Amino acid sequence: MSTLPVKREKSNKRKYFMEKLSGKVFLFCALLSVISLLLIIGFVFFKGSKPFIGEGYSIVDFLFGNDWVPSENQFGIFPMIVASIYATIGALIIGVPVGLFTAIFLAEIAPKSIAKIISPAVQLLAGIPSVLYGVFGLAVIVPFLQNQLGLIKGQSLIAVILVLAIMMLPTVVTVAETAIRAVPKSYREGSLALGASQIGTIFKVVVPSAKSGIMTAVVLGMGRAIGETMAVILVAGNSLIIPTSLTDSIRPLTTNIALEMGYAFGTHQEMLFATGIVLFSFILLLNFVLARISSKGGN
Amino acid sequence: MYTTILEPKMVKDEKSTVTETPETKTKIHVENLNLFYGEKQALFDVSIDIKEKEVTALIGPSGCGKSTFLRTLNRMNDLIEGVKISGKIIIDDENIYESNDVIKLRTKVGMVFQKPNLFPMSIYDNVAYGPRMQGIKNKAILNEIVENSLRGAAIWDEVQDRLKSSALGLSGGQQQRVCIARAIAMKPDVILMDEPTSALDPISTLKIEELIAAMKKDYTIVIVTHNMQQAARVSDKTAFFLNGEIIEFDETSKIFSMPSDQRTEDYVTGRFG
Ligand SMILES: Nc1ncnc2c1ncn2[C@@H]1O[C@H](COP(=O)(O)OP(=O)(O)O)[C@@H](O)[C@H]1O
Ligand SMILES: [Mg+2]
Repeated sequence: MSTLPVKREKSNKRKYFMEKLSGKVFLFCALLSVISLLLIIGFVFFKGSKPFIGEGYSIVDFLFGNDWVPSENQFGIFPMIVASIYATIGALIIGVPVGLFTAIFLAEIAPKSIAKIISPAVQLLAGIPSVLYGVFGLAVIVPFLQNQLGLIKGQSLIAVILVLAIMMLPTVVTVAETAIRAVPKSYREGSLALGASQIGTIFKVVVPSAKSGIMTAVVLGMGRAIGETMAVILVAGNSLIIPTSLTDSIRPLTTNIALEMGYAFGTHQEMLFATGIVLFSFILLLNFVLARISSKGGN
Repeated sequence: MYTTILEPKMVKDEKSTVTETPETKTKIHVENLNLFYGEKQALFDVSIDIKEKEVTALIGPSGCGKSTFLRTLNRMNDLIEGVKISGKIIIDDENIYESNDVIKLRTKVGMVFQKPNLFPMSIYDNVAYGPRMQGIKNKAILNEIVENSLRGAAIWDEVQDRLKSSALGLSGGQQQRVCIARAIAMKPDVILMDEPTSALDPISTLKIEELIAAMKKDYTIVIVTHNMQQAARVSDKTAFFLNGEIIEFDETSKIFSMPSDQRTEDYVTGRFG
């Protein structure tokens, strides 16, 4: 009888040790992502703020300057900010309605058998590497625009918008579909029992009830559009002008960084980091909006 | 009008016919109704005549098909994939499964559900929802409908100051009465209620029962209830369901005092397994 308690103590010791160890492992993993985040932010901000702190460049000239000529130490990114905003808004104007209608169709209208084919297809769209979207845009959309609109150069704002609209679809569709499916069945029944049609029910009860989820879908889609780099490089055309028409060739913020970082050094390189700060600020703003939406949705 | 019993003398004047001889008219005639969920049969040869401006209670153990039957009356089962229905349901001379106008049917046959299911919008918008869907836009008319419906559901006094605030802020019992108001707003002939008080406290339950008694003069009411006392209190006729069949259908007083079927007796006396 006397050996039993000892044994038990031993195995308990091991348990406590494992318990402590696994606690540490979990903590380490959790910290890893926070540390990475802080390192990236710190690095980008450190490098990107140098020209304005140590070298006497003006932030206003940087944000609102029209000329980006690194060889002459001119670093104005205003055209790129405008290009990024236009491209994102344009992509939203096309991508959100298409994505929302797809989500409604999948969640509310399509028979199960059809939804079972379309849903995975849409999700697969999310898994396609972005460079392939760019290649598709370059090989199909750009020549199409060139021929249809008689452009000299098909790489343009509208090409970027189309590619980004397709790219944001999976995000918008999946998130909106989930939100729509989460609307209680009793709302639909209540509406239909009041003699509302199915379409009436969808637009008057289901979609308004899923509002916060749908807004989340829009904001996430927006994040996807504003941060996209690879696909955009291939179809944007890369002109440093403020776009005044859909057919103008553009250079958004992401493209600027990706195209020049490889060979830039000194102030030029730091200005590219500063471009990154601007981009990051947009993303941060979106996350803030997202947090607001989801906290409202919780109420 | 579909009638089973000889029409009384004042056939021409519908209103006085109804007030003088309230039990003559059959509002809903159901004949040999069978319903399948896929392969599984849930209703077996159900036949019943539901009279105008009476309260008909459906009782029976859970899973016996009461809700299923109730939902055939406004075709809510159409929403479920794989449902097959045979037989006849005639409401006001029209076989509702032959007509394709489900919307018209559902404006005539309103429904109140087990759990209050008000939409996440204001009280006003909830009650005005149905009329708006019918295309009524005139503000004055909508105001009037909303007020009358809320009065009809005995909830006007409690909500008249907060019509524009969210309906979901009301108590469960208040919400259920607004649900009734929402159904009334469609000016239906028939109101179906599926265990409308099962989620409510005793006081709210009592209020709804009083309301049902008051509504009887204007509407044909079919109510599913788990609660035997409730059936006894509010209904004129009671149908006892068991395993998808109607075992017995008669005056409520008869069902509860001297049922003719042994199974009915076992159930209403609580001796049922
Ligand atoms: N949507 C459905 N799909 C398949 N079977 C169902 C469905 N709804 C109800 N049933 C079945 O039909 C039978 C009757 O159910 P129901 O009408 O809800 O009973 P009650 O309302 O009397 O409790 C039950 O056996 C139930 O499992
Ligand atoms: Mg039920």
